[in-house]
Amino acid sequence: MWSYAFRRVLMTIPTLLLVITVCYLMLHATPGGPFDSERKISAAVMANLQAKYHLDLPLWQQYLYYLKSLLQGDLGASFRYADWSVNDLVANALPISALIGGTALLLSVVIGIVLGTIAALRQNSLIDYFVMLIGNLGSAFPSFVIGPVLILVFAIWLAWLPAGGWNDYQVHYMVLPIALLTFINVSTIGRVMRGSLIEVMNSNFIRTAKAKGLPMRTIVMRHALKPALMPVISVVGPIAISTITGAVVTESVFSLPGLGKLIINGASNRDYTLVLGLVVLVTVVAVLINLLVDLCYALLDPKIRY
Amino acid sequence: MSLLKVNNLGVQFQTPDGMVNAVNGVSFELDAGQTLGIVGESGSGKSQSVLAMMGLLAKNGRPTGEALYKGQNLLTMSPKQLNGIRGDRISMIFQDPMTSLNPYLTVERQMTEVLELHKGMTRKQAKKRAIELLEAVRIPEAARRIDMYPHEFSGGMRQRVMIAMALLCEPEVLIADEPTTALDVTVQAQILTLLKELQRDFGTAIVMITHDLGVVAGLCEKVMVMYGGRVMEYGTANDIFYQPSHPYTIGLLGALPRLDHDGDALVSIPGNPPNMANMPKGCPFTERCAHASAQCADVLPGLLPSAANPAVLRACHKPVAELKLELSHG
Repeated sequence: MWSYAFRRVLMTIPTLLLVITVCYLMLHATPGGPFDSERKISAAVMANLQAKYHLDLPLWQQYLYYLKSLLQGDLGASFRYADWSVNDLVANALPISALIGGTALLLSVVIGIVLGTIAALRQNSLIDYFVMLIGNLGSAFPSFVIGPVLILVFAIWLAWLPAGGWNDYQVHYMVLPIALLTFINVSTIGRVMRGSLIEVMNSNFIRTAKAKGLPMRTIVMRHALKPALMPVISVVGPIAISTITGAVVTESVFSLPGLGKLIINGASNRDYTLVLGLVVLVTVVAVLINLLVDLCYALLDPKIRY
Repeated sequence: MSLLKVNNLGVQFQTPDGMVNAVNGVSFELDAGQTLGIVGESGSGKSQSVLAMMGLLAKNGRPTGEALYKGQNLLTMSPKQLNGIRGDRISMIFQDPMTSLNPYLTVERQMTEVLELHKGMTRKQAKKRAIELLEAVRIPEAARRIDMYPHEFSGGMRQRVMIAMALLCEPEVLIADEPTTALDVTVQAQILTLLKELQRDFGTAIVMITHDLGVVAGLCEKVMVMYGGRVMEYGTANDIFYQPSHPYTIGLLGALPRLDHDGDALVSIPGNPPNMANMPKGCPFTERCAHASAQCADVLPGLLPSAANPAVLRACHKPVAELKLELSHG
């Protein structure tokens, strides 16, 4: 298993390189540049700016420059926020996204699995209908619809919570974004858990467990839960990536200064280094989470212990 | 009091196409150390009858009648009471050893949990006992292999594990639902020999469900032939095999290849089993029966003692004598 983990880690290097290269080329292929603006900049100033950020060099040289600084852990200087390096910008935004996303993820995994389990064991009961309702609502309505509804109810009508913004990690600014992300994720995780547990409970080995005279609780906890969790882990992987590395829509709805906001600003400003830096960051996180998912599989399923 | 007495057992399934009667009027008695064979083709209701007794019917299934274990009705007792009996006094071996063991748990965990539950043993005691049983079903290196997962065993070995698991608490009744169907022929013979020896050693009563008449002949004292959810013929294995008195049993035996009747053509029964959702009014075998008359399609024959041999129960309008006469001429 350890050699498998090691090989998996090595495999991430070509993945990262490929993502960086493709993104680099795509960004440079888009029309416009970081210093295009409505105000005419004099040719001399432009030349200076270009020289400062190596934009005057051929593309392959720029690319090598970028890779070199990346290897040193430096995501480069922002083209747009003159006094900021990309590292600084990320250092400010990442903890916000990670805190909100991580909390929401943890909550949604726990709530989703518990609700899905109860729904599966009590098919066609009230709680089952409730889980299915959440599942359908969360899948049918995008977060940019549910988000404003939450704001309308809790910030405007009830006036319990702020409508958005961020104030130095104060908890009541985090409640609504976390609630929104949790709701959306629970709808997926709960639905998958319900379906997968129902399927497992109908399998032959559960029938064997019943024939042994085991009580229902043992059957579920010992015999059914592990296999039922496999599909849940598959969906939690991508959910974790998008939730932790900045839920772009949620952060815009609640105007949070997280990674999602940063990536939108970076893209609209043609801030090459900022966008690339964020892409690298997200890729690293994605690769790590996929690795974790694979290790979880191996841990649960004895057939996948390479 | 018999060990197991089944009275007029029925199984109904609520399906989108309406109520399906999968099993009707199954009755039998079983004493310690006896073996009953239930024979029939797929869909004849033989598996559903025993699943009903074990409380293992699918959610939409409902049993009727009685299944008395030492006088207690298994069909009406509370889940807790039933859990005290199944796995302990009555245990079951399933058809498909590939899917009937939990792939996520070691064999050790799957065996010891039975003893922990019913015998109150510690994990360590239970493991020791489990290894003994694995040795009894001749799994080589049982002490080492017990810590493996089911996928590390071959199909035949898995069925041995299933059998060992079913025998852990030395049950009084062992229900074997086609235990050899998924195995190849040499392994089948080994498993059957094993069951016979275990029955001799433990004195277990066995209900053997199969569509393989060879299995029945080698193992069972009594045989019940089922078709379309009903009992066609019920008697001792000798009577059923040497003097079959029901057209369906005769057809089944005719479709069996035999070494001692060299040269006879194998005869198959024409047609297909009836649709359970739309059973004929009369005898379910009417459509495929060479001896069917108008009465057969309209009136359900009762399961009555045969005129020729009252020890045999048969459900057929045609008297045995006429059947024999037709056969000898045909």
